[in-house]
Amino acid sequence: MREGYAAVMPANAYNWVAVWRRNFLAWRKVALASVLGNLADPMTNLFGLGFGLGIIVGLIDGTSYIAFLAGGMVATSAMTAATFETMYAAFARMRAQRTWEAILCTQLTLGDIVLGELAWAATKAVLAGTAIAVVAATLGYAAWASILYSIPAIAITGFVFASLAMVVVSLAPSYDYFVFYQTLVVTPMVFLCGAVFPVSQMPSAFQRVAGLLPLAHSVDLIRPVMLGLPAGGIGLHIGALCMYAVLPFFLSIALFRRRLMR
Amino acid sequence: MSTVAIDLTCVRKSYGDKIVVDGLSFAVASGECFGLLGPNGAGKSTIARMILGMVAPDTGKMTVLGEPVPARARLARARIGVVPQFDNLELEFTVRENLLVFGRYFNMSAREVEAVVPELLEFARLESKADARVAELSGGMKRRLTLARALINDPHLLVMDEPTTGLDPHARHLIWERLRLLLARGKTILLTTHFMEEAERLCDRLCVLEAGRKIAEGEPRALIDEQIGCQVIEIYGGNPHELSSLIRPYARHIEVSGETLFCYAPDPEQVLVQLRGRAGLRLLQRPANLEDVFLRLTGREMER
Repeated sequence: MREGYAAVMPANAYNWVAVWRRNFLAWRKVALASVLGNLADPMTNLFGLGFGLGIIVGLIDGTSYIAFLAGGMVATSAMTAATFETMYAAFARMRAQRTWEAILCTQLTLGDIVLGELAWAATKAVLAGTAIAVVAATLGYAAWASILYSIPAIAITGFVFASLAMVVVSLAPSYDYFVFYQTLVVTPMVFLCGAVFPVSQMPSAFQRVAGLLPLAHSVDLIRPVMLGLPAGGIGLHIGALCMYAVLPFFLSIALFRRRLMR
Repeated sequence: MSTVAIDLTCVRKSYGDKIVVDGLSFAVASGECFGLLGPNGAGKSTIARMILGMVAPDTGKMTVLGEPVPARARLARARIGVVPQFDNLELEFTVRENLLVFGRYFNMSAREVEAVVPELLEFARLESKADARVAELSGGMKRRLTLARALINDPHLLVMDEPTTGLDPHARHLIWERLRLLLARGKTILLTTHFMEEAERLCDRLCVLEAGRKIAEGEPRALIDEQIGCQVIEIYGGNPHELSSLIRPYARHIEVSGETLFCYAPDPEQVLVQLRGRAGLRLLQRPANLEDVFLRLTGREMER
């Protein structure tokens, strides 16, 4: 049995690149529509909440509300981009399009495919998150150099949420089940994890829950960088995110093996 | 290179109570075309997937191109080309892009793929379609592209799961001709099919399956001679039971399938004399074929 799992893990450090490049080629054909689709939602939130609520809220921790919100929206858009790419597009490649089935006939393993899909979803998260950061910098809510520093944090956020969504994909019988993950996990996380208001405003029990959630760690990494403030507990945040990226990755491979190779 | 391409020993697989592959053993020699013949649900596709390492057997031993499978199936797959039962081409990509993307899955560089693409396009007779989107191709063209794609890594072994199912006769004959060309080049082919004609035309040897068990194995001609060994008269119309008692003395064996009576007759003239003058009968005399063998072995009819 152990041998069976070993055979489906990533075969080497570079096989996944072929899967990433396949997705990149497909994306290039529809890039414009895809970019607009990924940006519209977080932009609306940033401006709608930022300007609308910003007037009422005033300053948070010494910065304007919209500048505070920008870091949260960068993390959120990375989360959403990675989640949706994995849940809908990767699921389609696994099921309806039979892309995975074709790839499994080559010398790639299931693990290579999953890793390639995660890297691709993380790439889309970087595109989406960076675009929001660029808008924020253009409007003067963040320093240009801070974008560069926040990219690694955006990338790992993308990996984390792609990895988590991959577990959902490996278990979901059909598209209909994704809405549960979206409404019960992803959306609440936006409000629990300090993306739109400081975690410190919540009751302490909620604050402790937030401390366990991956988006909180992403926000705590990205926001200080964008605001040019000193960040604390960087090691803890990165460690927690790495766990959230790696454990679901292996779990999803094991689950896919049960689902696809029987 | 070992002379045995595929070796299965006592392979079993069941899903819950349902036994799909039941103690199957067979060996495929390098350079031969080996057919797995059986009705839908006989376990053909499961066996093909096992050989590729996509399904682990419950018990039994499998070696493919010298590699133990499924443990080292990846290394075997590096030298296998697969034509799956259902096309899984990239519909939004062009023909050329499909080959490029697939070549990368075998760690081929763009230059390496470019070098083999013209030959593959010629083989698949798709030279004029290189830059067409796959979604625009006909069913036969898609199938040929799938075949070309399976050859991108210059495989030693081709595993084909019902390669011509759903094609019109013209497209099917074109695929058969291409497969014979590959055999002439020394490739080994494992083919699953429920088309008797396909098995008879292509396979050097075949294994007839029913419910996951091997019920016969051998060369098509030898199986026909061994199991039937005489001419067949098909009789349509009339009462099969009445007719069978009339001609029984002259028949080696009689099979009733639906409204058709199959009479296996060493001396067909004798049978035809008996039936002469009876109204409403249509008669067809022909040499025995694999379908007769299958009917004989299973008592059940298959698709033609």
